[in-house]
Amino acid sequence: MQFGIFTVSDITTDPTTGRTPTEAERIQAVLAIARKAEEVGLDVFALGEHHNPPFFSSSPTTTLAYVAAQTSRLQLSTSTTLITTNDPVKIAEDYAMLQHLAGGRADLMLGRGNTGPVYPWFGQDIREGIPLAVENYALLRRLWTEDVVDWSGRFRTPLQGFTSTPRPLDGVPPFVWHGSIRSPQIAEQAAYYGDGFFSNHIFWPEEHTQRMVEFYRRRFEHHGHGSADQAIVGLGGQVFVRRNSQDAVREFRPYFDNAPVYGHGPSLEEFTRETPLTVGSPQQVIERTLGFREYVGDYQRQLFLVDHAGLPLKTVLEQLDLLGEEVVPVLRREFAALKPAHVPDAPTHASRVAARQTTPEEVSA
Amino acid sequence: MTTRTLAVVSAGLGVPSSTRLLADRLTTATVDALRARGGDATVEVVELREHARDVADALVTGFPNAALRAAVETVTGADALIAVTPVFTASYSGLFKSFVDVLEKEALTGKPVLLGATAGTARHSLVLEHAMRPLFAYLRAVTVPTAVFAASEDWAGGDGTSAELSRRITRAAGELADVVTGRPATARPADPFADVPSFEDLLRGQA
Repeated sequence: MQFGIFTVSDITTDPTTGRTPTEAERIQAVLAIARKAEEVGLDVFALGEHHNPPFFSSSPTTTLAYVAAQTSRLQLSTSTTLITTNDPVKIAEDYAMLQHLAGGRADLMLGRGNTGPVYPWFGQDIREGIPLAVENYALLRRLWTEDVVDWSGRFRTPLQGFTSTPRPLDGVPPFVWHGSIRSPQIAEQAAYYGDGFFSNHIFWPEEHTQRMVEFYRRRFEHHGHGSADQAIVGLGGQVFVRRNSQDAVREFRPYFDNAPVYGHGPSLEEFTRETPLTVGSPQQVIERTLGFREYVGDYQRQLFLVDHAGLPLKTVLEQLDLLGEEVVPVLRREFAALKPAHVPDAPTHASRVAARQTTPEEVSA
Repeated sequence: MTTRTLAVVSAGLGVPSSTRLLADRLTTATVDALRARGGDATVEVVELREHARDVADALVTGFPNAALRAAVETVTGADALIAVTPVFTASYSGLFKSFVDVLEKEALTGKPVLLGATAGTARHSLVLEHAMRPLFAYLRAVTVPTAVFAASEDWAGGDGTSAELSRRITRAAGELADVVTGRPATARPADPFADVPSFEDLLRGQA
């Protein structure tokens, strides 16, 4: 099982000091967080894509290529790559390039984006979100698996004899996760292709995640990719951890109370009860995270949000130390002991290259 | 004999509240009317005052918490709804509207609804027709023709005014009972993923 972090790249005022980091500071902070993730033994660093303030990450492949050059083991991913407003040709090119630069340590998570005004800036319409995701991804797959593509569709100019370069590393495209909070059509899309399904999970009650994942698993089996419990599931999570539970609550509360997403609404205690947010000791984070498995089954990737709401870099790096030293090693051991042998690990470039060599028809399907 | 579920939403804030009082009169009259038609009803009351913070939290977080989910399911799963609000500043109260805002937009489609409102003066009575009924029309609920308004003078008792309120309550309750009787019982919320189109249809642009 893979453990990592995901960031939305928000630039948020620290409510305890009133100070807002500059873009330059926040960009450097996120790079430091990524390097730290590798240093403490995490597996994945995922970065969001946004085209509006207060977020800086408009070009995730640029940032991830830089991180790739500064790390040697970390898997790089996105949270998410916008399949609706990006040209699928550019996604095919950019992520194949990243895959080469990162030596195969790159995958991506596709999302639609929920900010209405962003769509028209790229010539699109949020009301077409699902059809855009369906058509663009169908083209993206062809661009990665077919050397020469003739194509026409509703949303972009036709292609005649087009070859997307560079070709995917070793002829195997980056693994794709599909992220969705509340659209079963996207879970259906992930199931249809046998791709991964990522449930953001944070900010929502567990029943909601459970229903979406159960649906994805059932459809994964229906579409013939294996049994439901072999489907590839990723979950988000949000933690704030200190050795002592009371310290964690006291320190995190002002960030919670003023956070852009849930601030000025429910109390920290209420939100912790209603959603997967966990604020407490390493043992509490371990127990809560192991509990996710009870309602989504054995899963492949757990990403934690640790750097939002204006938390200072120093605090985030301390969070990563605690995750790397005290939380993740235990989770690795416990999850591995529970996982049946027929449930696969998260796909990596190496495992996908090996799989293609045994079943060549699977990749081109 | 068919036993129906009757959800009652009262947005009154006082304790006791004249809004709740009207809701209770409408409820009793509706149960009586259903029994007169050979049926029966179980009643579940949602006092929005108890969910005021839950409703505000749901607006901020985007999801109803467990307590509010139970209230929402009471309303969406019922065979009929009695919805009563006080008039605040020429319309339904903000709490009442915010609760309706938390509901999924299809949640009340086809649901028989009896509307009620209260205020200090009868000058507000058209709020039922100019604010409440369009709101429920938008949600494609089936509102019964008589909506019941009660102002301070309706509660005074002893003269023709309160007798007139009783007649309106009886007429409205009869209309609701007529709509409910002869309908199949409301299916409890089905599998929300049951009608997700297959990906083959999505690919063909047919969904």
